[in-house]
Amino acid sequence: MFATLLSLPAALPASVHTDNSWINFDVNSLVQNFWPATFDGLTFGAIYALVALGYTLVYGVLNLINFAHSEVFIMGCYGVVATLTTLGFGPSAPNLSLWAIILNLLLAMIVGMVFSVVTAFVVERVAYRPLRRRGASRLAFLITAIGASFSIQYLIFLIRGSNAEPAVTMFIPTPVFQVFGAIIDSQQLTIVIAAVIMMVFTDQYIRRSRVGRGIRAVAQDPDTATLMGVNRDRIIVTTFVIGGILAGAAALFYVMKVPSGVIYNGGFVLGIKAFAAAVLGGIGNVRGALLGGLLIGVIGNYGQLLLGDSQWSDVVAFIVLVLVLLVRPSGLLGQTLGRSRA
Amino acid sequence: MASKRIIGAFAAAAAVALLTAGCVNQASTGGSTSGTSKIDLPVQTTIDVPKDAVLPAGDGKAKCDSGLTIAYIGAETGPNAQLGINIYNGVQLAIDQHNKANPDCQVQFKKFDTEGDPGKAPGVVTQAVNESDIVGVVGLPFSGESQATGGIFEQAGLVHITASATNPGLTKNGWTTFFRALGNDNVQGPAAAKFATGKLKAKKVYVVQDDSDYGIGLSTAVRKALGSHLAGTDKVTTGQKDFSATVSKILNAKPDAVYYSGYYAEGAPFDQQLVNKGYKGIFIGPDGVKDDQFIKLAGNASDNAYFTCPCIPGELIKSFNDQYQSAFNAAPGTYSIEGYDSATILLAGIDKGNTDRAKLKDWVKNYDADGLSKHYKWGPTGELAKSTVYGYKVDDGKIVSVGAIG
Repeated sequence: MFATLLSLPAALPASVHTDNSWINFDVNSLVQNFWPATFDGLTFGAIYALVALGYTLVYGVLNLINFAHSEVFIMGCYGVVATLTTLGFGPSAPNLSLWAIILNLLLAMIVGMVFSVVTAFVVERVAYRPLRRRGASRLAFLITAIGASFSIQYLIFLIRGSNAEPAVTMFIPTPVFQVFGAIIDSQQLTIVIAAVIMMVFTDQYIRRSRVGRGIRAVAQDPDTATLMGVNRDRIIVTTFVIGGILAGAAALFYVMKVPSGVIYNGGFVLGIKAFAAAVLGGIGNVRGALLGGLLIGVIGNYGQLLLGDSQWSDVVAFIVLVLVLLVRPSGLLGQTLGRSRA
Repeated sequence: MASKRIIGAFAAAAAVALLTAGCVNQASTGGSTSGTSKIDLPVQTTIDVPKDAVLPAGDGKAKCDSGLTIAYIGAETGPNAQLGINIYNGVQLAIDQHNKANPDCQVQFKKFDTEGDPGKAPGVVTQAVNESDIVGVVGLPFSGESQATGGIFEQAGLVHITASATNPGLTKNGWTTFFRALGNDNVQGPAAAKFATGKLKAKKVYVVQDDSDYGIGLSTAVRKALGSHLAGTDKVTTGQKDFSATVSKILNAKPDAVYYSGYYAEGAPFDQQLVNKGYKGIFIGPDGVKDDQFIKLAGNASDNAYFTCPCIPGELIKSFNDQYQSAFNAAPGTYSIEGYDSATILLAGIDKGNTDRAKLKDWVKNYDADGLSKHYKWGPTGELAKSTVYGYKVDDGKIVSVGAIG
């Protein structure tokens, strides 16, 4: 995801227009749109959180920030869009029965997961494992992570070009119920419920299952874990696979929420935000990723309303991140995967 | 293996979630189809073509040195590439017709890709002006990149005619090499406001602008002309994909129409998200949104869309439409005819012996003749003396003209 970051200065226009004042605080619009913004923010937050889990888990076991995870996510999006497009869906919502829609979405999600998992698996095999075998320094891992991010991004660019994929709409969100005057629609509900179920499941899986115990053991003390009979390489691959599965699910929700957002560098900002969510909640902490994701989603939306410009959405989210880290350097819930008993 | 179990479990969990939401979804599908308050404006089917319009073929007796080149500089790829493709196809058609009719004057055609990006355009333009065989340029299509590169053309004394950049500020730089083959946004803005509140009967219009020179300039003109009909404004960013905050602001303001001042790459998903969130009013976009790509990207949501454009409906000129169709196997798009006319002006100059940059610049400066789309005669700043704005609408998945609106 650094590829885009590095090319940003070149993309800045020669003359930047500011049409009147620099910053306006539009409190009125924040108050008026508070609840819709909150629920929309939670929907995005749920997606961030699923992606954030991938960062957090890998950080937990490897102490490595897997910058290529944003590409694991965007590959999942391509999987989802490719599936739905192949099935003949387009920008207009199809006239299908509920079951058919669910079936198609599930199929797309599974393909998305496969895309993400394969990407995560390949990244681990090609970019990280050889380094681990040779005992490379942590800095080398970081550079490789950035390199992997670059490579995948431009590989997609080569194959799919610089345009976003045509939108695929599966159903028009319909209002389900109202909270504080804000309409909750079927799409928001689907995304949040499905994402939360997955996160609870992941949390419990890591907490209770044998593999989860292995992951925590490796996170805590890799050498001792190996001595106790934990297959470290297999645990690491499993961690990448879990991150990939969650990213694939996030990909489906993202395509549902932002149908035209699938573009070669589309994972960049989302990846940065998910990473921020992981750090905000406490990197290495599974529940922290959930909390951080939801917070980043909601705060970003408030910021956008308050400052009246979408560019501020990210700025505000990161200002909050910095402020929180000043007070709690280890993130809101602190702890790392290893130390937490969760 | 463990991961297999995980996949299964995740899929099951997701299924449950999708189901719960789906059930409520089905229970309330009543209002899901859009009931947009579409006003039925009659479709324009014919257009007057100037009788003695200058055509690229000329008299067929032109003589010139080989190697003279006309360049197109602008987007060939990038998010809004289709607007550029429309133009260079028009240029290509003009040059092909010219070369076919004039065996003793073969003009070359070169294309340079800026991706429509003001950050990338200066490098591309510098490269192009250094190629000494290029005597005239059609481009650049977008306002931001034009603003960023006009000085380079000026220094090189290379004449360039834009077939689509409409920001009014472009002609206030003192450039002598810049010519605009259409009306600017100080013409389009008031026409758009009149179109929205008059023919389309909107009482409240919400204006959303992007962050491009073009979007900001046009939005300023539209807002000014709307006066008390302005229901509110918001800003979006180039490359933005999610518009939920802007959409909820708009739904709160309950306007009859939304005017989106920007390009289709953001306009299409924006309109789609508006409609999907239950917006029932109409959507009006300017020339930067008026393209079939908009319909392709927005799907059925585009049914509520109207457009304003200082471009003439080239597809209504039968001869041009047929020639374009057979050359590119597609109907002429927005600004194809303006690109064709611009290239024709340069070609006519070359045919008259204006074969270096200085002479060709003077030729364009003093030009005073009809083209297929309109009469071309520029004022001292490179602004056309007279121009017309047309209204368009989406009709059965196609963009059709509803006639002149100002």
